[in-house]
Amino acid sequence: MSRPVLLRGGRVIDPSQKLDEALDLLLADGRVAAIGKGLQGPEGCEDVDVSGLVVAPGFVDLHVHLREPGDEHKETIASGARAAAAGGFTSVCAMPNTRPTIDDPAAVGFVRAEGERAGFAHVYPVGAVSVGLKGEEMTEIGELVAAGAVAISDDGRPVWDSGLLSRAMEYASAFDTPYFSHSEDLGLSANGVMNEGAVSTSLGLRGIPSAAEDAGVARDCIVAELTGGQLHILHVSTRGAVEIVRAAKARGVHVTAEVTPHHLALTDEAVRGYRTEAKMNPPLRSAADVAAVRDALVEGVIDCIATDHAPHHYEDKDREFDYAPFGVVGLETALGVCLRELVIGGRLDLPGLIDRLSCRPAKIANLPAGTLAEGSLADVVVFDPERRWTCKPEGFYSLSRNTPFAGQELVGRVVMTLVSGRTVHDGRGDR
Amino acid sequence: MTTTVEFGKDLTGLEGLSVDQISTILDVAEPFKEISERPIKKVPVLRGKTIVNLFYEPSTRTRVSFEFAEKRLSADTVNISGTGSSIVKGESLVDTARNLEAMRIDMVVIRHGSSGAAQFLADRIPSNVINAGDGQHEHPTQGLLDMLTIRDHMGTLDGRRVCIVGDILHSRVARSNIYGLTRLGAEVAVCGPPTLIPHGIEELGVQVFKRVEEAIEWAEVLNVLRLQLERMKAGYIPSLREYNRFFGVSVARLEQAPRDILILHPGPMNRGVEIDSHVADGPHSVILRQVTNGVAIRMAVLYLLAGGSPERAEAAKKGTRS
Repeated sequence: MSRPVLLRGGRVIDPSQKLDEALDLLLADGRVAAIGKGLQGPEGCEDVDVSGLVVAPGFVDLHVHLREPGDEHKETIASGARAAAAGGFTSVCAMPNTRPTIDDPAAVGFVRAEGERAGFAHVYPVGAVSVGLKGEEMTEIGELVAAGAVAISDDGRPVWDSGLLSRAMEYASAFDTPYFSHSEDLGLSANGVMNEGAVSTSLGLRGIPSAAEDAGVARDCIVAELTGGQLHILHVSTRGAVEIVRAAKARGVHVTAEVTPHHLALTDEAVRGYRTEAKMNPPLRSAADVAAVRDALVEGVIDCIATDHAPHHYEDKDREFDYAPFGVVGLETALGVCLRELVIGGRLDLPGLIDRLSCRPAKIANLPAGTLAEGSLADVVVFDPERRWTCKPEGFYSLSRNTPFAGQELVGRVVMTLVSGRTVHDGRGDR
Repeated sequence: MTTTVEFGKDLTGLEGLSVDQISTILDVAEPFKEISERPIKKVPVLRGKTIVNLFYEPSTRTRVSFEFAEKRLSADTVNISGTGSSIVKGESLVDTARNLEAMRIDMVVIRHGSSGAAQFLADRIPSNVINAGDGQHEHPTQGLLDMLTIRDHMGTLDGRRVCIVGDILHSRVARSNIYGLTRLGAEVAVCGPPTLIPHGIEELGVQVFKRVEEAIEWAEVLNVLRLQLERMKAGYIPSLREYNRFFGVSVARLEQAPRDILILHPGPMNRGVEIDSHVADGPHSVILRQVTNGVAIRMAVLYLLAGGSPERAEAAKKGTRS
């Protein structure tokens, strides 16, 4: 067990307890031991002055791709978890589209064990809905949950067979397991490579209409309503999808939604010049869509922020746009992008942002995270909300560098990340 | 021309070119036309230059046209095609480019199935890169030769009404025509089945006709695009027969026009599908003139990118080094 840590004098923001004031936080035996003013650490305690910094429950990312097993040249569970720690994330949900797929209990156990061995973050596996992500045969969902899966998903592709989807959601509800949905009508997206609109027409690239996402989200909300299952919509990017989620919530459908930092910050104009680091699915959309997902996040129609961290080797991205794979990394830039886009300018205050990066996603996946209440896991992020820095991918802890934010100024830097009371990232030297 | 117009390292598209740059290419093509009419079709303008024609897609007209242009300017040329090269062994474009560069070349003419491939190459090698068609993006020399042909017959492009008919969605020729013609002041329209008209095309400054009869009523020039058989298999149109019935450019339709209409086609033609033979071979067809102009346009582009000055194009033609 690591030494107790006393984080003294920081601005403690914990929306789960409606806290936002200068307090001390004592972490011991992997848990939050005490929170209050003028705390004294026990003998041998590491005493850290964090005045001027924000102390918050560690961030929770419901949507990352750690590539192991199968593509360890892009990322490993250890390197991805290290990148998470650098970004202030203490819990991450690892998607099952690895090689082999995470579709049996042994594979779930492997991801958990590798996560624990690395120790940089809690790595929670997401199990596949269908064997091999083929959309044909349901996985042993109960066994996956028993082995430690916190959700089911065929992320990267939708479950196109509505019958299979309804049975999987119905069955998963026995275990209170949410279905994480990559919602897309593949017939409408028709092998497109970027958002359909004036930019795709001018570049001569095949477009993915926003209707492909809207139709997928609508179908998934209808199936959730039919089954009573818990639906979480991954990476919402369109104005239409926002309206469909809003309407479903109003009807009482058990649906939540996330948005990525890149969909909050960038439009399809970022693709000009055939920039493959701006290629992801769903694609970057129009300015009207960006405005809609921002508003929806503020209103609460979109519940939380998730990165869809999708590492790719530079060779895979250094290709013709058509052939480059979809996906961008996000763990190490999420805070800086969200502060710049949402907090600067006053759309969200800091407690609002922390709620969406930590408390709300923890609730969606029933994770022991998102709070600094006494007795909870000592997962803590300490960050400087004012610090401006330039995004330099060569300094990433992730093995991959595929970010659309390279060279941009971001706001807010993680100073310390603690997982179960252990310091897993120490950026104090960066100051 | 009174002032020297600067050109960049590459020609990847007409979208980024200025009025002066486009006009200069068209003007420089004029003196080069005559070289191809001589018994000895060669001038020493690019003597000692090495040019690679890198064709990832099949092409006859464009590849041969570039090769004639290069040879008539005395360049040394090498042709690489998709089959029978390291491309089929899975070598990436960036590696192919680096290897060619390592052999010290001066220019690459690239035809590739992916939009942006020419720009991709241009960003990675110091040689001049000329786009000979990239995916569904641009085919700038085709756009230029179409413009030169229209200018030859109509005197000017400013204010002329040009309609591009056919598969606009998948057409690089359409995009280059739109960018180039609108830049020089022409009014441009597109016409075709709605499944083959891309979303957002109006934002490029063109109007859209759903019916070819309306296009014919409006236009002074029709640029008729090839309809590829794959479009039917992919479900964009129900059949070639139906396409011809509703969108084909026929004598009967042209007879309804209030004026004579100049007919262009970038080739290769599907006679009886997008264009009837009597139109293709008729008195207002300039389809073969386009092919002749293609060589002159490519000579002009090669000359200008190699650093030749517009003012000296006439002299270059006479055999003096520029």
